[in-house]
Amino acid sequence: MAKVESRRNAGLSRERLRAFYREMLLIRRFEEKVEERFRAGELSGFLHVAIGQEAVAVGVCQAMADGDVFASTHRAHAHALARGMHPNALMAELYGKLEGCSRGYGGSMHLYDVGIGFLGANAVVGGGLPAIAGAALAFKLRGEPRVAVAFFGDGATNIGTFHESLNLAQLWRLPAVFVCENNHYAESTPASQQLPIGDLSKRAVAFGMRSLTVDGQDVEAVYRAAGRALEHARSGKGPVFLLAETYRLVGHYVGDPQVYRPKGEVQALRETQDPLDRAAERLALSEEERAAIEREVEELVEGSVAFAKAGTDPRPEDALENVYA
Amino acid sequence: MPELSYREAVRDTLSRAMRQDADVFLMGEDIAEMGGSMAVTQGLLAEFGPERVRNTPISEMAIVGAGIGAAMQGMRPVVEIMYEDFTTLAMEQIVNQAAKHRYMSGGQLKVPLTIRTQGGAGWSPGAQHAQQVEAWFVHVPGLKVVFASTPTDVRGLLWSSIYDDNTVLFFEHRILYGIKEEVPDEIEPIPLGKARIQREGEDVTVVATGRLVHESLKAAAEAEQEGISVEVVDPRTLQPLDEDTIVRSVQKTSRCVVAHEAVTRMGFGAEVAAVVQHRAFDWLDAPVERVGARFAPIPFAPVMEQFVVPHAADVLQAIRRTVGRSA
Repeated sequence: MAKVESRRNAGLSRERLRAFYREMLLIRRFEEKVEERFRAGELSGFLHVAIGQEAVAVGVCQAMADGDVFASTHRAHAHALARGMHPNALMAELYGKLEGCSRGYGGSMHLYDVGIGFLGANAVVGGGLPAIAGAALAFKLRGEPRVAVAFFGDGATNIGTFHESLNLAQLWRLPAVFVCENNHYAESTPASQQLPIGDLSKRAVAFGMRSLTVDGQDVEAVYRAAGRALEHARSGKGPVFLLAETYRLVGHYVGDPQVYRPKGEVQALRETQDPLDRAAERLALSEEERAAIEREVEELVEGSVAFAKAGTDPRPEDALENVYA
Repeated sequence: MPELSYREAVRDTLSRAMRQDADVFLMGEDIAEMGGSMAVTQGLLAEFGPERVRNTPISEMAIVGAGIGAAMQGMRPVVEIMYEDFTTLAMEQIVNQAAKHRYMSGGQLKVPLTIRTQGGAGWSPGAQHAQQVEAWFVHVPGLKVVFASTPTDVRGLLWSSIYDDNTVLFFEHRILYGIKEEVPDEIEPIPLGKARIQREGEDVTVVATGRLVHESLKAAAEAEQEGISVEVVDPRTLQPLDEDTIVRSVQKTSRCVVAHEAVTRMGFGAEVAAVVQHRAFDWLDAPVERVGARFAPIPFAPVMEQFVVPHAADVLQAIRRTVGRSA
């Protein structure tokens, strides 16, 4: 135990942090490419990118173990990539191709990859939380040392499923981690208009749940906190509420004019709260090193667009498959 | 052949499934020590323990949602929603989650969840404990809907629901819990999507569900006295629907009445009427008659409650109308 503690308190190896930086950069460049292709008119539907929230996705997903499962939100690309989905499968889904992670049936808000434990992005705010409690219940009933993780935003803490799921998970001491990404806006609505309290951890504490609050722009801190939360849940001590204070450095959806945000807010946040800058600074990346990571990531992202465009369109009548098992 | 009540048939099926399969477990409000608000799960806690007979908080979204999550991990949970009126509280989880995970994942996931619920008028519980809402769920692709009317059908259909790889809404009618019937020693699974011809007849087909199956059988016996031979068909599974059995029956009788306790307007009977007019138009000798609740919430005062929901007399009148018009 003492060993674990000391390892936990030590900084990440440079190699590990560099890998986290690379994951975050992959997400950033992927999301920028999504914005670009949407504006070029190539992508259908509704897109929400996670620019600014990369450290939460990478920190939590890197701390998870094989066999753990997770559910995400409408803003799910980052979680998918951070947990190991290939950018090709994700981009192909955004293009509605059979090679996509949901074979074109889902789209950006309904990404799935059961192989990596991804039980679905969810376009209903709070919609995925009860099933995470249920997956955790299955692990407990079967005596499996697995953890179920739910990602959701501050806005979801106002909906019934949040309260019912946390209550049930704590009551039954389920191996679940509830990751609240507090980006301070529920779509366009600021905290002041939707949350009567500032500290959202109070909502979990009200159920008697262990709660951890972390700087969501610091990937190292998120990784460590997530590791503690997962360990707590896995060891049978019950669920954990992991509150990550973070910032959305873009609009709610691609194309959002953000008329509801104070002038200059996004610019100021980009200068002070960019999780990539934080990690790069800690790594003291040389220009060459940074450029090398950039090249590798951009190649992957460009490759994903080429892969998606060359993908197979479903037949219209495929729409009638998969309605029932 | 043991004799079982409708209530005992539910309990017997749950016990047998839990005995043979560790993946089957129960969740619901007051289902453990109390044995359920309708005493359906009485005794199951003693046999299976609190891990598998799980009392829950009053949290319908979490009850259904936790069932979804466990089902996606390959378990076969059976959750109880105490009154079907309360499915409204879990509608999002049922309609947007349980029904769609398989589809949205491109076929990667299955949600083998059974949602048992019960309801119906006839004992004056008032407007929030007596509705019949089964038709709502027939409108949602991805869900299966079962409404059993006899102990034998309860056993065969509940077994098939538990072992179906999709989410099944399993409706029970409160007034039927006490009816008894001799049932086979072993459960004989009934495939979902197979209607049962409850009574054979030549002149009119009555397609009825739930309590109205029994009311229709009473009406058929009375009609017989008037020289009208009535066939009663119970679809048993509303989704998938055994259209062929219904259509074949109407092709034989040339007349059709549909009967259910739920509100007539936009009810399940409207769908049956549409199927019949489309597939058996040339055989029909009279317009399809619909019998259902009047367009009001279920009132409290017994005299008003009895007025709102249909009975054997309403079915008999509908039968007479089909014959009169074709004469």
